[in-house]
Amino acid sequence: MTDPVPSFEEHSKKTMTDLIEFDNVRFGYGDGSSFELRIPSLAFAADQHCAITGPSGCGKTTLLHLMAGILQPDEGQITNQAVTVSQLSDQERRAFRIQKVGLVFQAFELLDYLNVLDNVLLPYRVHPGLVLDDPVRERAESLIRSVGLGGKERRSVRQLSQGEQQRVAVARALSTRPPLVLADEPTGNLDPANKVRIIDLLKSAAEATGSTIITVTHDHSLLDRFERVIDFDSLGDA
Amino acid sequence: MLGPLYLGWKYVIHHRSKTVILVAAISLTIFLPPALTLLVERGAENLTSRAEATPLLLGAAGSPLELTLNSLYFNEAMPAGLAFASMDAIDPGLAGAIPLYVRYKARGFPIVGTTSSYFSYRGLPLLDGRPFALLGECVIGANVARRLDVGVGDTVISTPESLFDIAGVYPLKMSVVGVLSPSLSPDDDGVFTDLKTTWVIEGLGHGHQALDQESSPDLVLSQEESSVTANAAVVQYNEITEANRDSFHFHGDDGGYPISGAIVLPRDEKSGAILQGRFLDAGEVQLTRPDAVIGELLATVFTVQAFVLLIIGLVGVATLITAVLVFILSIRLRAREFLTLQRMGAASGSIFIMMGAETLFVLLTSSLIAAVLLGLSQLLGTTELVLWLSR
Repeated sequence: MTDPVPSFEEHSKKTMTDLIEFDNVRFGYGDGSSFELRIPSLAFAADQHCAITGPSGCGKTTLLHLMAGILQPDEGQITNQAVTVSQLSDQERRAFRIQKVGLVFQAFELLDYLNVLDNVLLPYRVHPGLVLDDPVRERAESLIRSVGLGGKERRSVRQLSQGEQQRVAVARALSTRPPLVLADEPTGNLDPANKVRIIDLLKSAAEATGSTIITVTHDHSLLDRFERVIDFDSLGDA
Repeated sequence: MLGPLYLGWKYVIHHRSKTVILVAAISLTIFLPPALTLLVERGAENLTSRAEATPLLLGAAGSPLELTLNSLYFNEAMPAGLAFASMDAIDPGLAGAIPLYVRYKARGFPIVGTTSSYFSYRGLPLLDGRPFALLGECVIGANVARRLDVGVGDTVISTPESLFDIAGVYPLKMSVVGVLSPSLSPDDDGVFTDLKTTWVIEGLGHGHQALDQESSPDLVLSQEESSVTANAAVVQYNEITEANRDSFHFHGDDGGYPISGAIVLPRDEKSGAILQGRFLDAGEVQLTRPDAVIGELLATVFTVQAFVLLIIGLVGVATLITAVLVFILSIRLRAREFLTLQRMGAASGSIFIMMGAETLFVLLTSSLIAAVLLGLSQLLGTTELVLWLSR
């Protein structure tokens, strides 16, 4: 019943110069829409938190999904942490994602029937490649404390405010200590005061686990908190 | 595998109201058809075994079913009354007879007027005490003793038929002199007493204070050679005791007193056949074979059972279709959750297990509950279980 853990390391390049590299990538949804994303060349360095901005519908989320291996390019190659994810099978990409990439969503996407701790430990419960043991539990509890939710580990996420829910989502994204965290409009559903808090929290928590953040946002007030800002229109043809 | 099952369990627990309704509906759907079959089979077995142990019944002409149900199962359906003297029609050379008068009740339990031969015929040993021997004594079944919490030395009171009828049947306090061992038959629910005691309950016999000019000059209005006329202040006894037992007496010929039926025990098969032949055109009385009557009754019951099972089956199919619909809707409502898990990188097998976990838990729990209920039905008897559940 369990999936085998694919050895996506076979697809690794022998050297790692950048965290993520796009090489002549072309992507279209193929559902009759005219949308097409072309990225001749793009690289993201490790330890350099990056914000991608641009108008709505320009393809920011699509770019993020291509990085994560959720979507596959029609042409070209995407290398993530020295692994050519565009050459991996669906199973292999899932295994890669859950171990190497943390995801934060705009609408938090927490499971409302679980408490805070179970939500943070969710990746360990849905993939056989991740082993849930006592050190992992202790790390998750420490992570929850670090995002300011100490003492609320057993509380249902439905009892939390939106800001607190996004903190749980941040802790969940970092629970596997992934080298890369991809955040899709993580402050889109928050009030202005919480927006800054969540971004600062995300950065500090990511730095504590050694993760690099790439976030999509169209909130220009947050851009100065990132080392690198990419205006989507400058990437290529979309 | 454990991770997705854990998440499935958490989902089921979180939506407990929906889960409980689904489990209850599916459990009943699984439980009812075999339970009904078991109930009917057990009932048929009980009815048949008692009917087969009773060769012939003598009763007034009328419904053989009422006669059988009243005489064998102490059912409330009262057959037409039969004169005690009708038993004389049974040739003692061919068969013996045990009279029965089942009409009155004591706190909901039937009072069975009979003779002490009834106990030896039915093979009913006494758990405590002795058989009734004197007027006003009774022997109670095991259920009566347990439910009324009475035993030897206590008393039970017959229930008056009409509370406000001053000329009607008065309650009679009977002394319990014996308790029967449990027999898992209608005898467990009987209050057995002498036939004459039931006639006292009916008012055909009575006891009262002495009526003569010497001892009760205030009560006697007139006294002739064979009759005494007294005023309304005469005290009638509603309990038969050592002190007043001798004052109880019957007026008239006891051959005309009523019984509800009589168990007829032929000496052999041939005697039974001869007796049945004699009663074919007996006019006001009937001699019936209880096993044939119960056989006809069960044929009807089995026909009804088949229809009921068909209806339960159809309701069950409708319930299962509804349950499948609920599961499908549940999965559709959780589509966003599964999409998020897929994006996070959840293994496809894990998502599949999570999708099926709710169905799995509900079906397993329902099957378990249905199996436990069926097991209890086997152990306790379905009737007892239904009574227990309905408390």
